[in-house]
Amino acid sequence: MNTLVYTFHFYLFGLIAIASALAFVTRKSAVAAALWLVNTMFCLSALFVMLDAQFVAAVQVLVYAGAIMVVFLFVVMLLNLGEASEVTDIRSLGGKLTAGFVGLLMLAELFSLSRLKFPRLMGAMTDHANVVNPVSAPLFHEFLLPFEVTSVVLLVAVIGAVVLAKRGPKAQ
Amino acid sequence: MYFDLSIPSQLAGALLPDLVLAIGAMLLLLYSVWGPATLARARVTGILAIVVCAASFAAVVWVWRHDATASNGIIAVDAFRWATDCIVLAATIIASTLMIDYSEREQLVSAESYVLLLLAASGMLLLAAARDLMVVFLGVELMSIASYILAGLDRRSARGAEASLKYFLLGAFSACFLLYGVALVYGATGSTDIAVIGTAVTGKTFDNPMLLAGIAMLIIGFSFKVAAVPFHMWTPDVYEGASTPVSAFMATAVKAAAFAAFLRVWIEAFPGATAAWVHPLQWLAVVTMVGGNVIALMQKNIKRMLAYSSIAHAGYLLVTVVVANQLGAAAFLFYLVAYTLATTGAFAVVIALSEPGERNESIPDYAGLWTVQPWLAAAMAVFMFALLGFPIAGGMGFFAKWYVIEAALHAPQPQTVLAVVLVLASVISAGYYLGVVLTMFMKPRPADAAAVRPVPTGTFLVISLSAFVLLLFGVLPNGFVKLAHDSVPISMVGTPAGPPVTAAAER
Repeated sequence: MNTLVYTFHFYLFGLIAIASALAFVTRKSAVAAALWLVNTMFCLSALFVMLDAQFVAAVQVLVYAGAIMVVFLFVVMLLNLGEASEVTDIRSLGGKLTAGFVGLLMLAELFSLSRLKFPRLMGAMTDHANVVNPVSAPLFHEFLLPFEVTSVVLLVAVIGAVVLAKRGPKAQ
Repeated sequence: MYFDLSIPSQLAGALLPDLVLAIGAMLLLLYSVWGPATLARARVTGILAIVVCAASFAAVVWVWRHDATASNGIIAVDAFRWATDCIVLAATIIASTLMIDYSEREQLVSAESYVLLLLAASGMLLLAAARDLMVVFLGVELMSIASYILAGLDRRSARGAEASLKYFLLGAFSACFLLYGVALVYGATGSTDIAVIGTAVTGKTFDNPMLLAGIAMLIIGFSFKVAAVPFHMWTPDVYEGASTPVSAFMATAVKAAAFAAFLRVWIEAFPGATAAWVHPLQWLAVVTMVGGNVIALMQKNIKRMLAYSSIAHAGYLLVTVVVANQLGAAAFLFYLVAYTLATTGAFAVVIALSEPGERNESIPDYAGLWTVQPWLAAAMAVFMFALLGFPIAGGMGFFAKWYVIEAALHAPQPQTVLAVVLVLASVISAGYYLGVVLTMFMKPRPADAAAVRPVPTGTFLVISLSAFVLLLFGVLPNGFVKLAHDSVPISMVGTPAGPPVTAAAER
């Protein structure tokens, strides 16, 4: 039974993630696309929770769905690309009904979930108080060098953004 | 010297040349933006960049001479890495030298370009060292992002902007392949450490689609970076659009570093999976050798011709990856030295002869060069002969091709077909290399040809030194061959790295 629930949720979130990603690249409005990407991020973080990686899931939502997307939307709005009325793609009656149905489905799922417990994929890691350690220990020991190199990569990206975006030597 | 890579301070010791270069680049960045952006400041930045490279080079030589070894870890400490480092740093020094003269002629004020050259080079040093797919990916990204920016550095040039954008989009696309390949290989083997992957794939039957897909994705990702034929589309446009010193840098250092990582991953991670990749790589090498040379025949612009020539050379280097043994690695290093010198030299001649705004770069413009600039024409002839692999006149170029063919024929499974294709492709390449030589020496100088400007000192030094070294080691290749032969990845020497105590006990 537990395996069935697990498989069901894996495919549910996986398919929603893929569908949202498809929607993300096919939308014309940049704002709508960004919101679809947020949806993808949420589904991915749900998958991380199912892998018992709660910390990664939380960071996924905070960093990607939160910080990066907000900055992205700011840029879109400052550039004045999308019209405000294009923010939502749900306009037809069918769309609204589908949205309501999905909402009900999720509510029902929530109820059923409150009675079930997820099986543990990684049995060893049951200490819920210590969910940061499995992420941080390899990051600062085994993969210290890649971690530090990432900062240099970001430095190069910053230099590039400034060099290419600043006013040219002979401003046309 | 022995480094225990699990201790951060000793890891830093094993990364000494990389750290010298990266920290030097960051200090240089501070200096370059400290005052007003003037041509004089950019020039000083360029000279300091050469000093930083030289310091890093000295660090490499110092560590190399002390026969440093290390525990198995995230980076390799072996002669293959030091040899690749030397090639990359030499190419960076040459590119910086050319950049100083070029910026002065084009009135291009960009002190940042030297910082980006150095940071790209530190990514390459990391690639030469990487023994973990994660480090490989980060090295590729560090190198590539800096190169994207370098390609579009001259903001007055529309072609430069096009080159930069094209390079960026295709580069990002190829990075996805590389990263997906890393993820799939990790999924199939449970590690990103290439030594662990090596033991995990050995002796398996290859019915695991995840591993096969991962290897395929890695091949595609690397092929983009080294510009092998079905994935070469960006190369000519980028080399033509970018400013010439940057093209020289991309054709040599970027290619050398990407190939070094390619070779190391293939030698250490996938020798047990030969059956899975040998046929695709063979085809890739054949198509690259033939395709690059045939398309190069039709080029009128010298930079585009050199771009296709660099694609063809990627094909020759792929032969050594297919062989993937000690002989292949030695041939690879020797070839890389000859190719780097000849290509940077040829690009330096292009810089010396082109007019501001990158005009005067088509092959007919070189007609009768022998009558006005005999030394420049002679040096260019040496570079063309070296790229062709002509004996004596081509110096090291001949031996470079010779050793690649030897490695192909003496492999455990002799790659006779590849050797034959290599020779045939070289015959095709004579069509355009000798075409340039004929144009320079046999055609009369047109009456309306622009007067050749005096060659700046730095460019002159690069041209003459490259030609001199090519010819010298073409006559006396033995020392270089021995050096290349000793400079193979540590895993192939067969001595597992251990602490110095046991090493002393064995003696």
